[in-house]
Amino acid sequence: MTMRHVISVLMENESGALSRVVGLFSARGYNIESLSVAPTDDESLSRLTLVTRGSEQIIEQILKQLNKLIEVVKVTDLSDFQHVEREMMLIKLEAKQAESVTMIKQIADVFRGKIIDLSHKTFTIEISGKSEKLDAFIDAMSEQTIIEVVRSGCIGIARGSVALKV
Amino acid sequence: MEISGAKIFVESLKAEGVDTIFGYPGGAVLFLYDELDKAAGEIDHILARHEQGAVHAAEGYAKATNKVGVAIVTSGPGATNAVTGIADAFLDSVPLVVFTGQVPRALIGNDAFQEVDIIGITRPCVKHNFLVKNIEDLAPTIKKAFYIAGSGRPGPIVVDIPKDITDGKEKIEFVYPETVDIRSYNPSIKGNPKQIKLAATALLESKTPILYTGGGVVLSGGASELTELARLLNFPVTNTLMGLGGFPASAPQFVGMLGMHGTYEANMAMHKSDLVVAIGSRFDDRVTGNIEKFCPNAKIIHVDIDPASISKNVKVDIPIVGDVKQVLTDLVAELKRRDEKPDQEALAEWWAQINDWRKTDCLRYEQGTEVITAQYVIDKYWQLTNGDAYVCSDVGQHQMWAAQYYKFDEPLRWINSGGLGTMGFGLPAAMGVQLAHPDAEVACITGDGSIQMCIQELATCTQYQLPINIISLNNGYLGMVRQWQEFFYQKRYSMSYMESLPDFVKLAEAYGHIGIQIKDPADVEGALKQAIDDKERLYFLDFITNPEENVYPMIPAGAGQNEMILV
Ligand SMILES: Cc1ncc(C[n+]2csc(CCOP(=O)(O)OP(=O)(O)O)c2C)c(N)n1
Repeated sequence: MTMRHVISVLMENESGALSRVVGLFSARGYNIESLSVAPTDDESLSRLTLVTRGSEQIIEQILKQLNKLIEVVKVTDLSDFQHVEREMMLIKLEAKQAESVTMIKQIADVFRGKIIDLSHKTFTIEISGKSEKLDAFIDAMSEQTIIEVVRSGCIGIARGSVALKV
Repeated sequence: MEISGAKIFVESLKAEGVDTIFGYPGGAVLFLYDELDKAAGEIDHILARHEQGAVHAAEGYAKATNKVGVAIVTSGPGATNAVTGIADAFLDSVPLVVFTGQVPRALIGNDAFQEVDIIGITRPCVKHNFLVKNIEDLAPTIKKAFYIAGSGRPGPIVVDIPKDITDGKEKIEFVYPETVDIRSYNPSIKGNPKQIKLAATALLESKTPILYTGGGVVLSGGASELTELARLLNFPVTNTLMGLGGFPASAPQFVGMLGMHGTYEANMAMHKSDLVVAIGSRFDDRVTGNIEKFCPNAKIIHVDIDPASISKNVKVDIPIVGDVKQVLTDLVAELKRRDEKPDQEALAEWWAQINDWRKTDCLRYEQGTEVITAQYVIDKYWQLTNGDAYVCSDVGQHQMWAAQYYKFDEPLRWINSGGLGTMGFGLPAAMGVQLAHPDAEVACITGDGSIQMCIQELATCTQYQLPINIISLNNGYLGMVRQWQEFFYQKRYSMSYMESLPDFVKLAEAYGHIGIQIKDPADVEGALKQAIDDKERLYFLDFITNPEENVYPMIPAGAGQNEMILV
């Protein structure tokens, strides 16, 4: 049975490290649903969050193969823990009619979205949450003209004292 | 004293104890070559005739010594020519450091003359690679490269060095680091004691066990520990293609190689076993056959230094991550401490069954008086060398026959391209072996197809006076391809007939060697003897063999281990 897994990787903040991770996935035919990476508070380290799907056996291989990469310092499958996931989205849309403007504002409110730019009939909204929430927001806006969507990819962190650090 | 990057390179090699380096010069590595020349005597540079040959030679050197092999090539085409060798080393876990020249830093990314992104190209087929970005990093990077190549599961490392780092415009104080600390790389050596106890119990409880051992035994230097374990328990042992020599073929416990062209007894014993103990082997598809039908009744213990090898293809019951030699030492100690024995009655029955399978005599062959049989040539060579030669092989039917009929009693003697199956590997690998063991008997077993893939290395053999014996089993075909076409493509021999073969005798002579063509079975022994006895010259023995001979036994693709074609 294939399940969705959120995998966190702590790796050396060096050029080339990211392409090794990505290359591993394409070479071995693992899928990547989303990927997000940035340096951490420790400048020598980058943290990468990767969402993938696979059977238990595939996920085990993914974790082992990631660990094998010399620049990978630590790997954890967040799905093994209670954890929080967030994704951020910037969405630009155009109100179809003049009346839609109020509706857009209301929906954005319900989803705790923030209107960060507005010009004539074009709204730019910032919203964050679990990936499904962002999907739902896009759905809710389907009556408007969606011009552009930018999503950060999922990031995640374990709850409680569990931590991924060196 | 402050020294140039090129000098740092050479001093680092000396610090690593490198005595031989294989390579081919070019623009990007000229400063390095200038310094290498000055180091001659301490570091011998062997000039191959193609970069692929240089890397295979370094592999041969490494595989016959368990030391790290070293090669150097120029940027661009030099580097891309080396890729086959690098990939070969990756799949067979050969410890290797390959230095590639790179265009000057300011030109990187400009599509400069002879620029390729060799770091990008080799990324999926190296254990790790490095682009050296400044002169301060050069020595530490070389230190890391050698450490990573040779530790854990060994593998090839590429170190890409831009030309301007070596040109001497910038000089620094040379300090070779004494230790390496890579926080993200700590291969575990010792097996978990709890797992070792579990394994010991499983061994003692099993009734139809088999030890299935691979290249990891040879690489870890654990052959004697394996022998001790097998003798202690009197369990049957089968080797993979890469594992040959890891257990003495003459030992009574040895049931031969397993897998696609393995023995009937080895494959049947695997199939009927209740406990498969995989040691430094990796359940390759050439071993398991149809994975659904693989070892249906067996509990599986798997010892490997690479956790990613465990439960990759086959679900393992008792995994033990660690160095094979170390784990076997601990396992033997544990068994001795317990002072118990497996069920002797069951074991006797198991041996009776195995001996019954042995009676099929699946490797029997007949040598008539008309045409030479390939099997006979290898068999004779084995007898004449008392099983003590270093046998390098190319890829094809001859490789399988060499594996089946040359009975290795010692590790590091069987040098072949198992994982990548690289035609052209044999001759350059034999050069590396002969250079590592100048007085040893070294053979290259090859076919009329494979030998032509790195034939240029005959010149290298002339230059360095390498008395290799090339045993060419010339069937006029790409035999292994032809065999598959015979079995699975209704004998449609598409492109597998080797037209226009050169006159190998003249070819050998043109390079300054001795060539002999042998057609009559009665001449086989004499020719082999002559070549073996002559310690000075390279012999190209061109044995004209039965063109349509097949390798048996065989497990056809998709079949289970118990579904072998015998003859
Ligand atoms: C570089 C490379 N190209 C193609 C192959 C596919 N291949 C495997 S065996 C074989 C035939 C080898 O023929 P030969 O060297 O004459 O040996 P024989 O099988 O006749 O003993 C071929 C073409 C390969 N293994 N390596």
